[in-house]
Amino acid sequence: MSLTSTQADGAQIVTVNADRIDAAMAIQFKEDMRTETESGPDRVILDLSLVQFIDSSGLGAIVAAMKQLGRDRRLDLAGPTPMVEKVFRLTRMDTIFTLYASLNDAVSANET
Amino acid sequence: MAETFACSFEATEQSARSCILAVMEGLRDIDLPADRAGDVQIALTEAVNNVVEHAYADTSNGEIRIQCDLSSDLLKIRIIDTGPPLPKGELPAGQPADISGPLEALPEGGFGWYLIRQLTCKLHYERQAGSNLLSLFFDMPSRPVS
Repeated sequence: MSLTSTQADGAQIVTVNADRIDAAMAIQFKEDMRTETESGPDRVILDLSLVQFIDSSGLGAIVAAMKQLGRDRRLDLAGPTPMVEKVFRLTRMDTIFTLYASLNDAVSANET
Repeated sequence: MAETFACSFEATEQSARSCILAVMEGLRDIDLPADRAGDVQIALTEAVNNVVEHAYADTSNGEIRIQCDLSSDLLKIRIIDTGPPLPKGELPAGQPADISGPLEALPEGGFGWYLIRQLTCKLHYERQAGSNLLSLFFDMPSRPVS
């Protein structure tokens, strides 16, 4: 699993450099997210724009990543592709996370 | 006329992924409409994950067979494994996961059967000669008559 991390306007941006978050990589994703977000800004934006497919294991791993941040920090999602968006919508997880259409939208929401 | 193909693989998460991608490729080759491919891939992946994680929980050398049968208005995918039967021998209800609790209580799993039920038009399960036969059915949009 490959995650890269940058900071912009006080938020940490974690980009998933993989086209799938599925059962074969869910545990790795969760561990890598823990490492990437161990310390840093309160707001973390997960850039999903390269992810073409997610299954319920991957969804569970993103929920776990949000829980790892605790109550004082937040995880927002940016750039979901159609299949990723569909899985969030069907499971109603789109009511738990804030999904931004693009990374730009997510970052500029930070400024207001 | 129905078009059919099949594949089989060992029950590990890595080979499950390769096989699912191969099935999706095979379905494209027999003209599965692109706008149905996403739903099919999600439901198929959840069903195969269930086999790997539950039916073959204690082994990595179980075999899974997948048979696809596409006709003009219906896609049928049959998934066959030789693991233990489903609990009570029946399909889980697939209730939506409860997301009403606080952050700490949010579910990290239990979405699979709900997704499968949302994305298929019919499900069929039977136990036959020591095998589990799970069939997923998907409506196909009407295709132009050739």
